[in-house]
Amino acid sequence: MVISFFFDNEQIFGQKAEEFVLQWVTIVGGFALVLGVFSIVRVNARAVAMKSRDWPFKLMTVVSVFAMAVPAMLPVSKSSNGGKVLFSIIPESWGSLFGTGPNSIYDWLFNYLDSPMMETMFAMLAFFIASAAYRAFRARSADATLLLLTALLVMLWRVPMGEAFLRLFGDSVPDYINTFIMNGFNVAVQRGIIIGAALGAASMSLRIMLGIERTYMGKG
Amino acid sequence: MNRRPLLATIRILAATIFFSGFPILSAWGQTDDGSVFRLDRLPVLIFALVFSAAVLLYTRWAKQGKPLFIRKIAGIDAVEEAVGRATEMGKPVLFIPGIADVEDIETIAGLSILGRVAKIVAQYDTPLSVPVRYPMILAAGQEVVEQAYMEVGRRDAYDKDMVKYVAGEQFAFTATVNGWMMRERPAANIYMGAFFAESLLLAETGNAAGSIQIAGTARPEQLPFFIAACDYTLMGEELYAASSYLSHEPLMLGGLKGQDFVKIIIIVAIILGAVLATLGAGEWYHNIFDVG
Repeated sequence: MVISFFFDNEQIFGQKAEEFVLQWVTIVGGFALVLGVFSIVRVNARAVAMKSRDWPFKLMTVVSVFAMAVPAMLPVSKSSNGGKVLFSIIPESWGSLFGTGPNSIYDWLFNYLDSPMMETMFAMLAFFIASAAYRAFRARSADATLLLLTALLVMLWRVPMGEAFLRLFGDSVPDYINTFIMNGFNVAVQRGIIIGAALGAASMSLRIMLGIERTYMGKG
Repeated sequence: MNRRPLLATIRILAATIFFSGFPILSAWGQTDDGSVFRLDRLPVLIFALVFSAAVLLYTRWAKQGKPLFIRKIAGIDAVEEAVGRATEMGKPVLFIPGIADVEDIETIAGLSILGRVAKIVAQYDTPLSVPVRYPMILAAGQEVVEQAYMEVGRRDAYDKDMVKYVAGEQFAFTATVNGWMMRERPAANIYMGAFFAESLLLAETGNAAGSIQIAGTARPEQLPFFIAACDYTLMGEELYAASSYLSHEPLMLGGLKGQDFVKIIIIVAIILGAVLATLGAGEWYHNIFDVG
């Protein structure tokens, strides 16, 4: 990857090296998927059969795997692969339930179960931000007070009503906040952290390549 | 007069000229349509070579026994204190090596720190829990923790389930870990690696559970959340330095000094750029850093 960054890959390989590697990743990924499904079913089915701790959850895992995967793989019409056999058993109008298209079982499970659960967790972030902000912005010291005032200005600038309020003190006040706080102090600090982190990552990569750093393999 | 810094600079510059000479020579006779080497990326190569030379030179000096000063990092020093607290309370230590896969360098840094933390945990005989999001991290994490227990002679205390696969979905992982935190109330939570939207969800829950919390990430957008909710936060490069710092091995610390040398070069380059831009004569200087 390092070498391919400095050379014209199309001249050497006839195609982009990344695309070439990605094709292999897709092939290996396909085999890994089969292995993964086999593994998850074997581990969880054994736990269910032995009624070990939390077995109802393990049963739910196995049921969920098949509930999502099987309808998505079934043919959607008679012209699809295996469609003639399936639709000689069940009405063809049921075809819309299969596959991954709109109103399919897969789509329904994704939109009305998986997605809302993830969104609920993500939405909780608003409450966590409120409690963290309350602790961080308490004016206990000069530094914390400065942070509080800066945050107050930025928050006002970010919402239309706050921006209108800031304009009462002068039309350029919101622009000053953008120029000095966001594009000035904020960007300068962020770039400092990013440059430091990039050097740290490069140094660590070098240590790994040279075998100095081997802790991540359980050695050293 | 101490001539070592001068000698070091000369050696680094010599190495740079030597190595960067090859691509320059190879590109010399090539036509525009037949060029194999990306000349527009030459500054990156030169920088990479200077950086590598600096890290290697300092590592060599460290190997030869030259004393190196490394500033104290409070967050890393607090790791031992946190494990000690967990031992006194008889509660577990939670370690999350980020939620990215093993190809992310932050995750590798997290796993390296896990190795050091696991050694301390094994010495104190404190329970450890490491939930992970990817199967590759599961295998790597188990290997790292097992090795740490073996190195301190506590192989018998190692349990494979200390490192456990939780869920591949970001928020399913978060919900499981948060639930575990509220039930088990770990004494110490250590978050080291790549974190995204779940950073504050985890850190705030840990805070509510009353745990001492140490976090480290190189992502600037997640740092404010960790700073607000954790007791100690390792910022950016400190995450990558943590493993070397905890090891106390001169060989590992040499890399950190090499990094500092390059940082000085970057600071000088930034100041020079700012002066040239202010004088309105920075066009040529800007073009050097304009990499395609």
